[in-house]
Amino acid sequence: MEDRNYKGYLYLLPAILFLGVFFVYPLFDVFVYSFEESYNFASGTYRGVGLYNYRYVLRDPYFLKALQNTLLLVLITVPLSTGFALLISVALYSIPKLRDFFQTVFFLPYVTNTLAVGLVFMILFQKTPYSNGLMNLLLGLFGISPIDFIEGPYAAKLFVLSFYTIWIVLPFKVLILTSALAGVDEQLYRAARIDGTSRARIFFRITLPMISPMIFYLVITGFIGAFKAYSDAVAIFGVNLNSAGMNTIVGYVYDMLYGDSGGFPSYASAAAILLFAIVLTITVVNLLASRRHVHYH
Amino acid sequence: MKVLFDHVTKRFPGRGKNKHEEVIAVDDFAFEIPDGKLIGLLGPSGCGKSTALNLICGLLTPTEGRILFGDEDVTNIPPEKRGVGMVFQNYALYPHLSVEQNIIFPLQNLKGADKLTKEQMLEKAREVASLVQIDQLMERRPSELSGGQQQRVAIARALVKLPRVLLLDEPLSNLDARLRLQTREEIRRIQTRTGVTTIFVTHDQEEAMSISDLIVVMKDGRVQQIGRPQEVYDDPANLFVAQFLGTPPINVFRGTIRGNSLYIGEEAVLKWEAQDAPQGSESTEARPVTVGIRPEGFIVDADGPFTCRLNAVEVMGRDVSVVCEHPELTSAPQIRAVIDADEQPDRSQETVRFSLKPHKVLLFDAASGERLHTGW
Repeated sequence: MEDRNYKGYLYLLPAILFLGVFFVYPLFDVFVYSFEESYNFASGTYRGVGLYNYRYVLRDPYFLKALQNTLLLVLITVPLSTGFALLISVALYSIPKLRDFFQTVFFLPYVTNTLAVGLVFMILFQKTPYSNGLMNLLLGLFGISPIDFIEGPYAAKLFVLSFYTIWIVLPFKVLILTSALAGVDEQLYRAARIDGTSRARIFFRITLPMISPMIFYLVITGFIGAFKAYSDAVAIFGVNLNSAGMNTIVGYVYDMLYGDSGGFPSYASAAAILLFAIVLTITVVNLLASRRHVHYH
Repeated sequence: MKVLFDHVTKRFPGRGKNKHEEVIAVDDFAFEIPDGKLIGLLGPSGCGKSTALNLICGLLTPTEGRILFGDEDVTNIPPEKRGVGMVFQNYALYPHLSVEQNIIFPLQNLKGADKLTKEQMLEKAREVASLVQIDQLMERRPSELSGGQQQRVAIARALVKLPRVLLLDEPLSNLDARLRLQTREEIRRIQTRTGVTTIFVTHDQEEAMSISDLIVVMKDGRVQQIGRPQEVYDDPANLFVAQFLGTPPINVFRGTIRGNSLYIGEEAVLKWEAQDAPQGSESTEARPVTVGIRPEGFIVDADGPFTCRLNAVEVMGRDVSVVCEHPELTSAPQIRAVIDADEQPDRSQETVRFSLKPHKVLLFDAASGERLHTGW
């Protein structure tokens, strides 16, 4: 037995080494930087130790804006995308003939380049002095005057970003949920039908509980993914997110490191640790809430 | 509730390569299942017995013909309005619900005047749970139960809404051998207690024979024979039924009727009086027939007319199996004769001689396999 254990660890060693060097050590380092005031990469020096960085970041209006954007994005896109994915999957499941075809269609966004999609969204939603995007032409049909979704009011920009995020994450969720639905034992539905169960009751009392582990998985990964949003915003609003007022927390961290205001690893670290704390809290809350509503079998 | 099949046929469209060939799963079923009995639908896999069950419960509708419950035509009534309880082969218990919640699930579907209060539902669940003896397990999840217990929960769930007909699809196939014996008696007991017309599907003839009031033997979508188990065993309508029922199976030989004797090979193994002559033996010409001899139809007899090559004698306690060979045997490589333990043949001999019990010797038309009835 002992010999075998030793061998097992030997096989794990490469992975452990890589994870240690490129994942655990940086994580630990970020934690340390976040408490070191004005750390300098080049000289490796800092002025003092304390909560100064956190104090600064939490008072920085750009961070607060990024926090607001990220939270709104999470709250809007996670429930909506999961809900839409569920609707689409159930609809797909009820049309066995065209299921494969539509499954492929719905999966296409997943294999499309994010930035390319962002560009297309920008064109669809834009409003320039010379032309209106397709979306504004549509709105025009209903007599609504054109809105600049890209450089206009905050709500419009948030709408575009949410729309885009949902559209991007939907394919994966649909894929997961259709396979979860296909995994439900057909006999359960037959048994329920013979017992005179209404369709709505079958859905809420059998289908939903049976696929609840997958829904829960999607909610957790959805939360984490949405909190880490950055490239989506860049794809639509360009690299200067602060001036567009559409920055996200990860965007803020990036700017603090490399952006125009770059060169502040201490602030970046503090912001990153704050994000980590938020994601951790929400995941723990999710896990606790799931105990009652998710049925593993 | 009696169930009547009125010339019911179910055809499925062909698939893939055989797109244009319809599959006839159930072919012109016309029989009545009497009220309050336990009926076994018996046949090899693919014979249409599950289709027949699905036709009764309404998950399938017949292509032709009608199905009646009592005097009510239910052919076009959806399953939920037929008042049937069904126990699926894999039980189909809802894995996320407790035993109690599983049992009251059908009751919660009731609407309007039938609607029950929570207390009434629990009361009914308790009653039916104690009937199938699972009242100690109400809080458990299906995954925490043994196969036999899951089976009982499935039966309880099917019975709780007081169905007019109870249907069981291969109820014992997922259980181990010991539990199977126990459970089949349990099904018999529950059926007797409730008196509900119960129809179950099985491919296991022993299972069907042991507990059914009536068995329906099916092959290729056609009913071969309906009757009490013993009747069907003793008096099979054709070679298929004779071969399908009985363990060990019936021994089948090529034979000839000549005059008033039955020949297997060159030996006249059985003779009869003129009034007992088999159907179709009127002509004086020799007629080839298929001969079925039940394993218990052999008597070890040193002067017997039927000679076989002795291979082995297997002692099974109460009985003894004599395993031997005969060139005219067609059903299996070897004959299996079951005899009393105190009539064992001399094992040192190369051959063994038998005389035959006439009523265990069945004759069939060599071409069609239809039974040739005899007077003995």
